[in-house]
Amino acid sequence: MNFEEHAAKALLAAAGLAVPRGALAATAEEAASIAEGLGPSVVKAQVPTGKRGKAGGIALAATPREAEAAARRILGMEIGPYRVSRVLVEEQVPIRQEYYAAVLNDARSRGPMILFSSEGGMDIEEIAARHPEKLSRITLDIREEPDEARLAAALPALAAVDTASIAAFLARLYSAYRANDAELLEVNPLALTEDGRLIALDGKFTLDDSAIARQSALAEQGAEERLTALERRAKALHLKYVELDGDVGILANGAGLTMATMDVVRHYGGRPANFLEIGGEAYTLGREALGLVLDDPKVKSLLVNFCGAFARTDVMTEGIVEAWRALEPRLPVFFTIHGTGEREAIAMVRERLGIEPFDIMDDAVKAAIEAAK
Amino acid sequence: MIVRGNETVLVQGITGKQGTFWSTRMRDYGTRIIGGVNPKKAGTMHLDVPIFASAREAAAEARPDVSVLFIPPLATKAAVLDAIAAGIRKIVVLAEHVPVHDVMYFLAAAREAGAQVIGPNTVGVVTPGECFVGFMPAFNEQVFRPGGVGVISRSGSLGTLICLNIVQAGLGISAFIGIGGDPVVGTTTRDALATLEADERTRAVALVGEIGGTMEEEASDYAATMTKPVAAFIAGAASPPNKKMGHAGAIVTGSMGSYASKKAALERAGITVAPTPSGIAAALAGA
Repeated sequence: MNFEEHAAKALLAAAGLAVPRGALAATAEEAASIAEGLGPSVVKAQVPTGKRGKAGGIALAATPREAEAAARRILGMEIGPYRVSRVLVEEQVPIRQEYYAAVLNDARSRGPMILFSSEGGMDIEEIAARHPEKLSRITLDIREEPDEARLAAALPALAAVDTASIAAFLARLYSAYRANDAELLEVNPLALTEDGRLIALDGKFTLDDSAIARQSALAEQGAEERLTALERRAKALHLKYVELDGDVGILANGAGLTMATMDVVRHYGGRPANFLEIGGEAYTLGREALGLVLDDPKVKSLLVNFCGAFARTDVMTEGIVEAWRALEPRLPVFFTIHGTGEREAIAMVRERLGIEPFDIMDDAVKAAIEAAK
Repeated sequence: MIVRGNETVLVQGITGKQGTFWSTRMRDYGTRIIGGVNPKKAGTMHLDVPIFASAREAAAEARPDVSVLFIPPLATKAAVLDAIAAGIRKIVVLAEHVPVHDVMYFLAAAREAGAQVIGPNTVGVVTPGECFVGFMPAFNEQVFRPGGVGVISRSGSLGTLICLNIVQAGLGISAFIGIGGDPVVGTTTRDALATLEADERTRAVALVGEIGGTMEEEASDYAATMTKPVAAFIAGAASPPNKKMGHAGAIVTGSMGSYASKKAALERAGITVAPTPSGIAAALAGA
């Protein structure tokens, strides 16, 4: 789950890290009155995506009048898939140097990794490509508190500031990462001010989706995902559904099998209409899942591909068969069912729908593509 | 991380609905379940095996070779640490949605203790004809006929389909290793390849990967040195790009993680990458 800048900065501030003074505004007038108390300010669009600067979503303002004008221009702007509904109005900070700092889950070392670069302000891929020698990567044992002396020793030599203060900053950043189940907590740029303070000018926080259950208060601060109407409905049902632009509807179980079903549809020249998996904990939601696919007007044929391991194909199929009989859709449907419960599932489709499931997945896919034409 | 029929298995969370359902099937298939864990039912019997308050307590009676966890995600960390403290060397973690910080925590503890974790978010492991640990339809002869192909999969449902295709092609399975679908897992693609390369019953390997992460890329250097033929299918060629990927995550992965990157890395290692799941069985025919 992604968070907007102001929410990320609240976490940084709670961990004792300095952030610029400022507040959120939903109208140009509010932006002006916030700027009143700040002097020269910066007005920043709050959307959970990068490239805000390039899109014109960040503006400097010398006076409250300029802040008001900037906010009027930025509010309502489209940045990527997002419409700006709030701006963050902050004091301008006199910058001497810009650094980069982040803590993230590193799959390779299977532990946390701290990243620090004495070059900040550009994105991390650019830093890694242009200044690899200035980028420190420090892996940690998550069972221990980071040792500041070790962090300091791993940092590049910095002319403008002592490494001990950077190490202290990183240790606090790390504690915020731990306390908030972060997948990523990034400060870029991290500013060294003219008077020697370290201030987080921007903040990016991604919450581990698997930790939402124990971070429910925090998750309420998260940015809303951009979803289609059907995707919103699926989310409320706890179904993993992604709407695509094709015409072959797909209903499968498990992320791997569902992705593979899309791949096979594409391989034989068809176009998948959606990703929809009903495996895992959602394996009893066959009926709700079918309703979703049927309500997508782009769908011209339906492919049901179940391969049961944990998920029992008889339970999933029963939901589909029941819903099919209730809704009586006029849509060609093709089944291929294997694994746990397949005997019962296949018999159910045969007897209650009068449809013969395909023994081979590829054959079912080809038939579904043909029927969508 | 292959489990043999003579190895003893402890089931943490045996008394729950899924634990009961799958423990019954595991035992019917030949898995040597010697006990279960549920602190609230310690001292009782369930499915004719003793229930202990903890894995440590179970190990005091007879140390199990393997533990499998039918435990909810937020209780998983404590249960894995219990299994590690009990001296159990193979730990199969089935739960999906275990917070990644918890995963990293118990993997660090496991590494220190010399224990091998499989998962989380795995369907487990199967040794056809002998035993299985987790929730795979091992008992389905159409999916798991004994034979010479070792299967590695990040996905249970797709792994099941690949096994089925292999059996339909007239081949059989030596071992199925579900490595799990999470971003951070205890047993990697590379670890599983090395296990199958060393396994004398395995003559060829089917590798079932997915977009995301870099496990397939990291395994490719090793795969190039293997003596056994490997065929792969990578799911996700038709998937829209992963929107979750953060910028700082991208530095660790670089341009790796996409379908194209995985396919190229595996092909450089001499591995056939099939365009559909059924292509794996075709590529391994004769193995």
